Amino acid sequence: MTDNINILIASSNAKRQSAERSFRVYGIFAIILSLSFLFIMIGSIGLRGATAFKQSFVQIEMEIPSDKIDADNIKRARFGKLLKAALRDSFPDLKSRKEKKQLYKLISSNAEYSIRDQVLQSPEIIGTKAKFWVRASSDVDMYLKGYIDTNIPEDQRRISDLQLSWIGKFQDAGQIESRFNTRFFLGGDSREPEQAGILGAVIGSALSLLVCFLIAFPLGVFAAVYLEEFAPKGKLSRVIEININNLAAVPSIVFGLLGLAIFLNFFNLPRSTPLVGGMVLALMTLPTIIIASRAALRAVPPSIRQAAIGLGASKVQTTFHHVIPLAMPGMLTGSIIGMAQALGETAPLLMIGMVAFIVDVPQGITDAATALPVQIFLWADSPERGFLEKTSAAILVLLVFLIVMNLVAIILRRRLEKRW
Amino acid sequence: MNSVVMPNELGTTDYQTELIAGKSIIQARDVDVFYGDKQALFGMELDIYENSVTSLIGPSGCGKSTLLRCFNRMNDVISTCRVTGSIELDSQDIHAPEVDVVALRQKVGMVFQKPNPFPKSIYDNIAYGPRIHNMTPSKVELDEVVEKSLKRAGLWEEAKDRLDKPGTGLSGGQQQRLCIARAIAVEPKVILMDEPCSALDPIATAKIEELIDELRQRFTIIIVTHSMQQAARISQHTAFFHMGYLVEFGETGDIFSAPKDERTQNYITGRIG
Amino acid sequence: MSQDETHTIDIIGKPSRHKIQEKIVTYFMLLCSSVAILTTIGILASLTFETFAFFQKVSFLDFLFGLEWSPQTALRSDQVGSSGSFGAVPLITGTLLISAIAMFFATPLGLLSAIYLAEYASKNVRAVVKPLLELLAGIPTVVYGFFAALIIAPFLRGGGENVGLVISSESALAAGLTMGVMIIPLISSLSDDVINAVPQSLRDASYGLGATQTETIKEVILPAAIPGIAGSLLLATSRAIGETMIVVMAAGLAANLTANPFEAVTTVTVQIVTLLTGDQEFESAKTLSAFALGFFLFIITLCLNIVALKIVDHYKEQYD
Repeated sequence: MTDNINILIASSNAKRQSAERSFRVYGIFAIILSLSFLFIMIGSIGLRGATAFKQSFVQIEMEIPSDKIDADNIKRARFGKLLKAALRDSFPDLKSRKEKKQLYKLISSNAEYSIRDQVLQSPEIIGTKAKFWVRASSDVDMYLKGYIDTNIPEDQRRISDLQLSWIGKFQDAGQIESRFNTRFFLGGDSREPEQAGILGAVIGSALSLLVCFLIAFPLGVFAAVYLEEFAPKGKLSRVIEININNLAAVPSIVFGLLGLAIFLNFFNLPRSTPLVGGMVLALMTLPTIIIASRAALRAVPPSIRQAAIGLGASKVQTTFHHVIPLAMPGMLTGSIIGMAQALGETAPLLMIGMVAFIVDVPQGITDAATALPVQIFLWADSPERGFLEKTSAAILVLLVFLIVMNLVAIILRRRLEKRW
Repeated sequence: MNSVVMPNELGTTDYQTELIAGKSIIQARDVDVFYGDKQALFGMELDIYENSVTSLIGPSGCGKSTLLRCFNRMNDVISTCRVTGSIELDSQDIHAPEVDVVALRQKVGMVFQKPNPFPKSIYDNIAYGPRIHNMTPSKVELDEVVEKSLKRAGLWEEAKDRLDKPGTGLSGGQQQRLCIARAIAVEPKVILMDEPCSALDPIATAKIEELIDELRQRFTIIIVTHSMQQAARISQHTAFFHMGYLVEFGETGDIFSAPKDERTQNYITGRIG
Repeated sequence: MSQDETHTIDIIGKPSRHKIQEKIVTYFMLLCSSVAILTTIGILASLTFETFAFFQKVSFLDFLFGLEWSPQTALRSDQVGSSGSFGAVPLITGTLLISAIAMFFATPLGLLSAIYLAEYASKNVRAVVKPLLELLAGIPTVVYGFFAALIIAPFLRGGGENVGLVISSESALAAGLTMGVMIIPLISSLSDDVINAVPQSLRDASYGLGATQTETIKEVILPAAIPGIAGSLLLATSRAIGETMIVVMAAGLAANLTANPFEAVTTVTVQIVTLLTGDQEFESAKTLSAFALGFFLFIITLCLNIVALKIVDHYKEQYD
């Protein structure tokens, strides 16, 4: 009898134990699967993007004849012609125009300007034969980075056998070098992948975030202070609260429509500018900042408020002298997280026209500009193989900015927690 | 037990006992306090005498802290709290519309149960009150006020070399004396103390009690305490509360040696509490 | 006692500028809080206004029940087919199809992750996994869109070819799966909060009866947390419906009325972006239709959010 009971309990236990284990395994599996997406995503983008920080350069030896180049008017000189001549000189046995065209395509179409700039910098080389390092064209760059499979038929790839032979010759002569791609960080957008840089987009994002912060931070903090410290706990503050929570969940594209209809079409603010972009982002970020700031205010111990009120400080004095300074780290943390979200936003900026092709780096908040995530969207849409690595690299830069902002927020939060 | 020797002013006592000498500075008449629908105090009638220490004692929830917070209208902060009846300070109704609570709280200071220094320097803790009330036009005067207040609170010797260090870095007892110094820096007439020693160890408590006895020369002190020994040691008058009613009020000696009410008797002998 | 008008204790104070300043500060702060309400009003007003203008040109019923969407109005009015058709049904079904795929994929993963993190995981595991999931949530959607177009879509198409399935390179499946990955951390963090809000006393009661941890979770904690979890799933759905960049980059442009996840479909948000980027004349039906779609999107997500937040609030109050 007692034996039977023991066996029953033991078997039910075994069954229950296995149920216990399997449920736990599902959880681990779910987490591993979710995180593997994270690693695959960052890994695949990272691998593709890493090569964009390097750029292939070709060395061209070139005559700078003083009869064709006026030292006083270097800017007007036609370096393109000279460059083409220099290229032809390297391979004198070319006859057909088609072949010559292929030859010119080895180097970036903007190479003549970089040569011009070098001559401008050191005009003393006029009249001599000088060596210049110029950017290889994107196709050559892609080939050198191993993205072009030479085993497939010639007519299906972007680079011909003839071009391959020239590249081989350049390589044998040590005339091809892979260098750090400073232009990617210091240049504006371009139609040519080898020329394209993210500085314009980064500055556009920075200006938009600046506008966003200047609007959203004070508004958010004051709104939070009012709701948390002053508002009578009645219907109105309840309505505002529900409204803020809902606003936080409105799709971002709707904010873009708001910006288009109100800021652009109604107030006629300038299209495609960081000013309008920042205003739209500010409205989007406001709920995040308010919610975080209220939490920070709630974390200030009531004893501090009592101490100040007991001394005869007014409500406003208590709030501004004691409560707000103590809540400030928490408010800043929330705002930085809100800014990080705003930095990654794309859809609302498309609505207000920050999606244009803009070469120049914006100088102010009323210049036409694009933003980093929009630049990523634009490049991702471009068919050229060279933009693929640029897109990935721009994503890496964006992620680095986001991680830095979040780290700052985490450090601030840690310091805040130590205090209380 | 202290016997009460008070500067005998002219007959200002119009209530309850002829035994108590001294000038009444606060008169509470028919005070009811409600939190929402719940009544916390019933028909309170009480006089507070100048330059004396008055203890409010009684079991938890008896309404003694509620009454204390009526005297400087700290209850205003709680939106559900409603006070009726009249409380007069120096013959002025503190609920009168022309009364500025800010000015009232400057005259009726408060020290709380848990030491609550601002997370600022010791100097700034003391200087805050005088600054917001525009009491000290110059830095020199402010320095003087800080020094004087710390001296009166018996903290000067310990704090004078670290005035720029945060007040939160002091020990619990020092923090509470800092809070007292902060309260007296605005030169109040009355200081309310809400169980000021309940978070402190016995040595720190003794120091605060000593300090309270000295402060009596200059200020009127009302103290809520859970410790009957403390009430007996430091106060000249004692009020015993029970379930929202003032049961008995009188000279401390009388309350503890010859309570008139049975409930007082039971409480001080430990039968209710 | 006889007291003349000069009191020794002054509690009247000075009639000061102070008070006026305080009033101004308070009203200023009230004004700041009202910006949130003004924003909502602004959204409603602008969308309603443009939507109304749209319905002057296109019938409301055609919009809501029309099965064909091709907003290509001609530039000149005498051109053939200048009217365009504005039937929103294929956009709505497309949106729902992609959101459903996303939720179908993300719900089990998000919930199981949340349960594991809240109930089983050690402190150390939690300290590592939670920030990583938050990182997943913090990645901008444009990155997900790129990932979908670059990795997921070719992968699915290749996989489909291997088993003889034709999967479009802009399939609803690719966009939906990617969106699902984006939503996993949202579901897991919301559910994590909800599960943590279940009071410890309920767990103790169950353990006290000799239940195992899994039994406690299945029989006690999950039933108690169901309303809160439902609320978080609704919030996640609303997020999926309103998501823009992933579908702009990974879903199609053509409005196909289909429930086949391997085909390309388009969504409401994709059409808004397509209609409003590039050249546009403001008063055309084509441009206005984008606002009508936006209005529709706003109302749907707003309803979902209100219901979801109500449920979650109610749930949390219950255990406060």
